[in-house]
Amino acid sequence: MDLQIAILLAQDGITNGAIYALLALALVLVFAVTRVIFIPQGEFVALGALTLASLQVGKTPGTLWLLLGAGVTVALVDLVQALQRGSHRRMPRIIAWNLIYPGMAAAAIFLLKPAEMAMPLQIILTLMLVVPLGPMIYRLAFQPLAEAPVLVLLIVAVAVHLALVGLGLLFFGAEGSRTPAFSDASYKLGGIVISGQTLWVVGASVTLIAILYQFFERTFYGKALRATAINRTGARLMGISTVMAGKLSFLLAALIGALSGILIAPITTIYYDTGFLVGLKGFVGAIVGGLASYPIAAVGAILVGLLESYSSFWASAFKEVIVFTLIIPVLVWRSLTTHHVEEEE
Amino acid sequence: MQSEHPPILEVTDLCVSYGKVEALHHANLTVGAGKIVTVIGPNGAGKTTMLGAIMGLLPKSRGDIRFLGEPQAEIEVERMVAKGMSLVPESRALFGSMTVADNLLMGSFMRYRLGLRDHAETMERVFTIFPRLKERREQQAGTLSGGERQMLAVGRALMAKPKLLLLDEPSLGLAPLIVKEIFHVIADLKQAGVSILLIEQNARAALQVADYGYVLETGEIALEGPADQLAHDPKVIESYLGLGGAAQAASSWSAPVAT
Ligand SMILES: Nc1ncnc2c1ncn2[C@@H]1O[C@H](COP(=O)(O)OP(=O)(O)OP(=O)(O)O)[C@@H](O)[C@H]1O
Ligand SMILES: [Mg+2]
Repeated sequence: MDLQIAILLAQDGITNGAIYALLALALVLVFAVTRVIFIPQGEFVALGALTLASLQVGKTPGTLWLLLGAGVTVALVDLVQALQRGSHRRMPRIIAWNLIYPGMAAAAIFLLKPAEMAMPLQIILTLMLVVPLGPMIYRLAFQPLAEAPVLVLLIVAVAVHLALVGLGLLFFGAEGSRTPAFSDASYKLGGIVISGQTLWVVGASVTLIAILYQFFERTFYGKALRATAINRTGARLMGISTVMAGKLSFLLAALIGALSGILIAPITTIYYDTGFLVGLKGFVGAIVGGLASYPIAAVGAILVGLLESYSSFWASAFKEVIVFTLIIPVLVWRSLTTHHVEEEE
Repeated sequence: MQSEHPPILEVTDLCVSYGKVEALHHANLTVGAGKIVTVIGPNGAGKTTMLGAIMGLLPKSRGDIRFLGEPQAEIEVERMVAKGMSLVPESRALFGSMTVADNLLMGSFMRYRLGLRDHAETMERVFTIFPRLKERREQQAGTLSGGERQMLAVGRALMAKPKLLLLDEPSLGLAPLIVKEIFHVIADLKQAGVSILLIEQNARAALQVADYGYVLETGEIALEGPADQLAHDPKVIESYLGLGGAAQAASSWSAPVAT
């Protein structure tokens, strides 16, 4: 392998690693706030990519039916609960978010012509369809189980993953999709060719991570999520409701997932079930960080990307095996080095 | 009974169970507007349980809770916080890996959510009450000393500008000098118009600062009365104030040692 190829592989690895890093951060966030190991994270990647691809070719994305269905279900559940508790004041909000908003999204898709829109607008429309599914899934699958043990939450997460993959097949079919690159440009830097798409992915990931960092460090709601992750009871006593924190973290996870999907759609062909493998690599990164440390998770995810890229060159048949085997030495290393600190109750 | 204003908190016939075991039996308690009311009692009497049910952390199996004169059909923590009730729990429940300033800021989360953006001012007021917190504002809460943690817990609760403050054993595990400081703050808060429900094992200090007191024993209110009367009640003196005098009652840790 000469230097040229090494650099090319590194570029590839970092591009994918940047995506895995985003997913790793989302997984750490969701786990810290809700104790859910969010297996369906990858499905949001696939949904983001496939929704954008559908919009671009002028098809009605299946995500719309998913959104309408989830919205009606959430509205029913919430309205029944509001009636039982006699909290009528909550009803307009429930109807607005779960019925009117998806209805408006449907109207936007049928009345406007998404295929003729500029790409940034198509991306915004994609996010508007995919991201609300995050809090809706939290409401339906996880909110009733807020006090359940981690294992029960994990089992439910697997069930949600399977359901979403099935719905993905139903709505998008078995064919894969690829979207046009954000940029066809390529830059020469001292003999190394860097593609515009790579710059887009890395640039967008770094920007998103910086925004997330600011969100957690500077804003009331970001700090409230951290507070919930540290001490749930303490946070509730401040008026930070567990449900609000859960929905917000699922919203962010869905946003990060969908954006990741939009970023990799021009690089790899995405199928209805591609998300799982992509999410799993983010998960390996998150495990490196012990599902607790954001920076270590991000670095771990970049390493996963590099490892994947180099192993695809030397032993492409074993690419996935090598990546997932990484988890074993990491777990051994972690169990040897971490001192379990009892969380302050 | 305690004041001509309607009481801020009225608890009637409150029962709380853990599974099949009832930990609080038919408790009645009133906190008058602007008053300090204390509940004293031995370990395991059900004091923390009672506060938990009032705040909405624990479900009640029976009973009525009226806050600010309104019956509370559905007791939910977030709703009680929004209405002006703040609890400093026995465990403190601080956010250990966040700074002192951020812990305080979280205290005003509900006000922020309701559109009241006065947290900067309120924080300055908390800093005048506890100057030590100001010195340590950038320090992580988990690295504070026991006394500082308690100050932070109380300061964080004050950030919500509560009408009723529920304090669960604020003197627990603190040195006498800091206990004194905390009780000074409690008295000052009353002057500032905050009503307080104070749970204490340090009966002497609690009865000194309070207007009215209750004695809770094995889940039942055994005795109640104006604080100065309770302080002279022979049963209270024997069980809670000790015969030995002021010195050993100053700290809740120094239980009488049989010789
Ligand atoms: N989560 C729980 N599950 C079962 N029983 C509980 C639980 N929490 C408390 N209890 C029991 O309820 C009773 C009252 O407990 P509580 O914590 O209210 O006492 P306390 O008066 O606050 O005591 P202390 O002064 O030691 O804090 C005790 O017998 C305790 O063992
Ligand atoms: Mg207690």
